[in-house]
Amino acid sequence: MKTIKTYVVALISALLVLSPVAYADKWSDQFPHIKATGDIPGECSYESMSKKNYKGKTLKINTHAVPVMGEPTALHAEQFAKLTGAKVDVTHTPAGDLYAKAMVPFQAGQAPYDIVFGFSNFINDWKRYLEPVPKKYVEMKQMQDVTPSHIGIASWDGVMYQFPVDGDRHYLKYRKDVIDNPEYQKKYKADTGKELRVPQTWKEYGEMAAYFNGWDWDGDGEKEYGSAEVMKKDDLMYAAFYSRSAAYSKNPKTPGGFFFDLKTMKPLINNPGFVEALTDWVAATKYVPPGGINFGLGDEIGSFGGGQTLFSFSWDDAFVAAMQPDSPINNKVGAAQLPGAMKVWNRSTNSWDEGFNQAPFFVWGWAVGVAKKSKEKEMAFDYLCFFANEANHQADIGIGRFGVNPFRNDDFKADVWTQIGWDKDIAQSYVDTLAQMEDSKNRVFPLRVPGTFEFNAALATAAAKALAGQLSPQAALDEAAKQWEDILNRVGKDNVRAAYSVGVAMEDNKL
Amino acid sequence: MNFKHKYVFLFPGLFVLIGILIFPIIFTIRLSLSGWNSYTPEMNFIGITNYIRLFTDDPRFWESFFRLSFLSVTTVILQYIIGFALALIVWREIKFKRFFRVIFLIPMMTTPVIMTVIWRTFFHESLGPVNDLLGNLGVEPILWLSDPVIAKFTVIIVEVWQWTPFMFLLLLAGLLSLPKEPFLAAAIDGASPFRKFVYVTFPLMAPISIGAIIIRLIEASKIMDTVFVLTSGGPGTATETSSFYIYIKGLREFQMGYAATLSFTYLVIMIISLTIIAKVLTKLMIKE
Repeated sequence: MKTIKTYVVALISALLVLSPVAYADKWSDQFPHIKATGDIPGECSYESMSKKNYKGKTLKINTHAVPVMGEPTALHAEQFAKLTGAKVDVTHTPAGDLYAKAMVPFQAGQAPYDIVFGFSNFINDWKRYLEPVPKKYVEMKQMQDVTPSHIGIASWDGVMYQFPVDGDRHYLKYRKDVIDNPEYQKKYKADTGKELRVPQTWKEYGEMAAYFNGWDWDGDGEKEYGSAEVMKKDDLMYAAFYSRSAAYSKNPKTPGGFFFDLKTMKPLINNPGFVEALTDWVAATKYVPPGGINFGLGDEIGSFGGGQTLFSFSWDDAFVAAMQPDSPINNKVGAAQLPGAMKVWNRSTNSWDEGFNQAPFFVWGWAVGVAKKSKEKEMAFDYLCFFANEANHQADIGIGRFGVNPFRNDDFKADVWTQIGWDKDIAQSYVDTLAQMEDSKNRVFPLRVPGTFEFNAALATAAAKALAGQLSPQAALDEAAKQWEDILNRVGKDNVRAAYSVGVAMEDNKL
Repeated sequence: MNFKHKYVFLFPGLFVLIGILIFPIIFTIRLSLSGWNSYTPEMNFIGITNYIRLFTDDPRFWESFFRLSFLSVTTVILQYIIGFALALIVWREIKFKRFFRVIFLIPMMTTPVIMTVIWRTFFHESLGPVNDLLGNLGVEPILWLSDPVIAKFTVIIVEVWQWTPFMFLLLLAGLLSLPKEPFLAAAIDGASPFRKFVYVTFPLMAPISIGAIIIRLIEASKIMDTVFVLTSGGPGTATETSSFYIYIKGLREFQMGYAATLSFTYLVIMIISLTIIAKVLTKLMIKE
């Protein structure tokens, strides 16, 4: 009798312990995308969504082209349709046209799309056309795990307009098998008299990149190069420039603006800090792969992820792509914060402050909102909530081409990454890098003001002219500053100041 | 017959004309006098402010216009020369004439954007096959897309490849429609092939040549897809053309009012310049 009792208790215990697994398997059988974790219980889990009935309703989504963000959008749309019975139409649009594709109907008072994907720095222009995220979603468990900086990026004046699906920042990626290689360390020391280490400053970055440029340092029979960077005009290159500028221009002693002086609204982008960064960048054209001056984000991901360069810095995608099992440099890469500088411009004293300075750049990331004029708001928010549910999120962040990057506290645990095959020390360095950026008190946030596109395009054009040798760095940035003044006059200084003050408050750690 | 209501039958055509031609032009003019942009989405009236900005403070537009002129004139001249040469080859009685006619037309039948993506892959400086091939021959990588001068010629190569068949088609049709008598007379007089071409073929082909050149110039002056896909106007602004610049201002930066100003000004310039070009070509190529 005792034996039977023991068996029954053991059976019940086993059922209790294994029930989440059995529950998970039920959904991962149907949806192999989440096979690593199975469904994870929550308000927007597979289980919860399967109880919704949107039969006969159509959800229209405008998203980016495949793969980056376009692929997960389409995948989760298909899953959502299967679970809820809804019809989901997904339109794919190139990155450069996402803004206009939403703005044209927004301004015409129409809603051809219930959900629009774009970049987080569109928020100021888009917010009047977007439905604020309802309280029930803001208070959900999955939202509580989003880091405060990404809640801030998705919100305006305390109102969340963009549903967090992605978290972005720029950081340094390097070839660990080269930088940590004792033979190369010895050779580099002998040849240059300097230490080969993870570059602490942009100057070190440039020196190492130039040294490892144009020869076969990994023995694969092909030439390798120093650095892969996003230098193509109109392809997010302005973000790369801000990343290179932050260390030289974001001075913790001079709060009150990185892009403009908040008091006077004078553009700061032609001050010596930015000029120094652009001068470094022009020098970088000598250590990028042939044609690197025309590299867009996709090229950068392909180049570093394919093992062509020693360094790279931009979004997470190149790093995650490099760490995928099929990558030639799987587990041979390291992550670190963006390099710093040994001097930073002080606009109050009009001189350089000597000493090490580092400033992480929380560059814009993918953002998504629901059109205020949508007739399917509830279904739209359910879709977004499902998109970002824990099971989907964990599966998505491990696929480099998806463009879904960490933005939740849970993502900053090394275990999440070791589970998908990363070496422990690489996973640790990756999450440490991200966590250090979150903790930094000298951060730069993207420009989120009316006319963001105009400001960034003017800067990108000027920087591109400098990279192409059409203008000197100073002349290029003077041209950009002049254009920024013109844009300010058109948009209205007070309008821009009011919007910019929100970003400045975040940078000055007041929000 | 006095049919009073006969003009009623003109209305459908008139409505279509107003709808697709007159209204857009009038709307563009009105839009060009407004400051419509992402932060002021309204048809306000700001007078000729945008035009003042264009003529006094926008060198980038004029640079892109002169670049466009260089690109379109160069590509059309090359297309005309190559197209004419190919048309002359298959006009003769040669083997596999029909086969060559079809082969020569293939580039024109492909989708420009897709073909440009393929060309971009060919010319990719570090991953593309062209530099790889040259590397095997000991040639250093050529900066097809990232050198400001070479990038212009890369655009020209793609445009000439894509659109020479159009010129070939028009010129071949012209050659096939020429009367036989002048050629018989030239043969009886013992004219060499070169003299036949200079004194018979070329003059007889002048009217159709002018038509073909003008049609291609109009098309080439709208060059956008090749630049968009191949170089995005770069490096810097080295390959930016007027239409690409207008696209950036209108649909990237959302300066609708200013983009309308650029579009209308560009339209006026093109109408005037193409009219002059047509007159000059007629004077040069058609002898009374």
